[in-house]
Amino acid sequence: MAAESVKDVVLSPVFKNNPIALQVLGICSALAVTNSMSVSLVMGLAVIAVTACSNLFVSLIRQHIPSSIRIIVQMTIIASLVIVVDQVLKAYAYEMSKQLSVFVGLIITNCIVMGRAEAYAMQNGPVMSFLDGVGNGLGYAVILLIVGFVRELFGSGSVFGFTVLTPVQDGGWYVPNGLMLLPPSAFFVIGLIIWVLRSVRTEQVEKTEYRIVANSKAKIKESV
Amino acid sequence: MFEHYLSLFVKAVFVENMALAFFLGMCTFLAVSKKISSAIGLGIAVVVVLTITVPVNNLILTYLLSEGALTWTGLEGASNIDLSFLGLLSYIGVIAALVQILEMFLDKFVPALYNALGVFLPLITVNCAILGASLFMVERSYDFGESVIYGAGAGVGWALAITALAGIREKLKYSDVPASLQGLGITFITVGLMSLGFMSFSGIQL
Repeated sequence: MAAESVKDVVLSPVFKNNPIALQVLGICSALAVTNSMSVSLVMGLAVIAVTACSNLFVSLIRQHIPSSIRIIVQMTIIASLVIVVDQVLKAYAYEMSKQLSVFVGLIITNCIVMGRAEAYAMQNGPVMSFLDGVGNGLGYAVILLIVGFVRELFGSGSVFGFTVLTPVQDGGWYVPNGLMLLPPSAFFVIGLIIWVLRSVRTEQVEKTEYRIVANSKAKIKESV
Repeated sequence: MFEHYLSLFVKAVFVENMALAFFLGMCTFLAVSKKISSAIGLGIAVVVVLTITVPVNNLILTYLLSEGALTWTGLEGASNIDLSFLGLLSYIGVIAALVQILEMFLDKFVPALYNALGVFLPLITVNCAILGASLFMVERSYDFGESVIYGAGAGVGWALAITALAGIREKLKYSDVPASLQGLGITFITVGLMSLGFMSFSGIQL
């Protein structure tokens, strides 16, 4: 593990081993908050902060945690960090924290945070763990921003609240696609992202359980 | 009164379905929906845990955490104490502890159910649907009775969604899906379509 360079640790979760698209962790919150880009950005930043700090603290005390209660210890660290993030958001960006409603709290149960603490921070030094947390948080934020971009652009014709495609109501030509603002579109967009990613990186394709043989015919059972 | 509870229940099951309208508990939702039998097992476990944890968290909020909740202790100045910022930490602690107690209780007294649910119970602690329901309960300030109904309804809705998805996926594995869409990709799109179907409930006024 020591051979891994800093660049690898930060960048590999973003492209090669993306936590959402390839490991399918933490999609719960990824879907609900992505109907506009600014919300996705804040959520992404919050997750980066929590993952990085929780990795750092777990790694600092990893020699002293008895392995039988490590989950509870990790959970407590993560929950405390999320409370800090929640309070900061309430103090400085009250509107945003209203929009995110319960989803800030749900960072606690985001599998990325737990997963990285358990899989990486328990075995590695504090600095590398911190960077690993930043990398995985970034990987999460990137997907969030892509989904947010697609949904906001096609759903309301704007990016970060600035109008790009002028909608018909304001005298423009673009007819907003209302479906994009509704929950189901998030599933479609992420499904399509996975499709694209796996077409490019074919080693990630899952094996089929059954394959239909070409030109096969159902055998007719002879009657007794 | 009864009508109010009934409408709350129906709303929690269909209109505000935990999995398909709020995307909660997605990780387990996608991971454990390959077989109907395991989906039903997990579904029942979620219903049981939600029906217990939401009311318990409601009691903790009303008697320990919210502003002025500590007045029953008779301490001086207790009515000024507001501990609601500790909410997140307490809820997740309650959930983890309750799941553990439930597991021990079932192991001792109902071994048959324990064997059926055994594998799924620990998974539930990190299921966002459980924490999510408690947080929604806080946000919408339900009282004790409402939180029992809401917990049960949210659980039933989640169980219904995962069982339905497992049914679809069992059929889906015989179909010819494009190679790179295989597995997760097609599951996402299926869930999207299911979510679209459940949106038809959203017009219902109760």
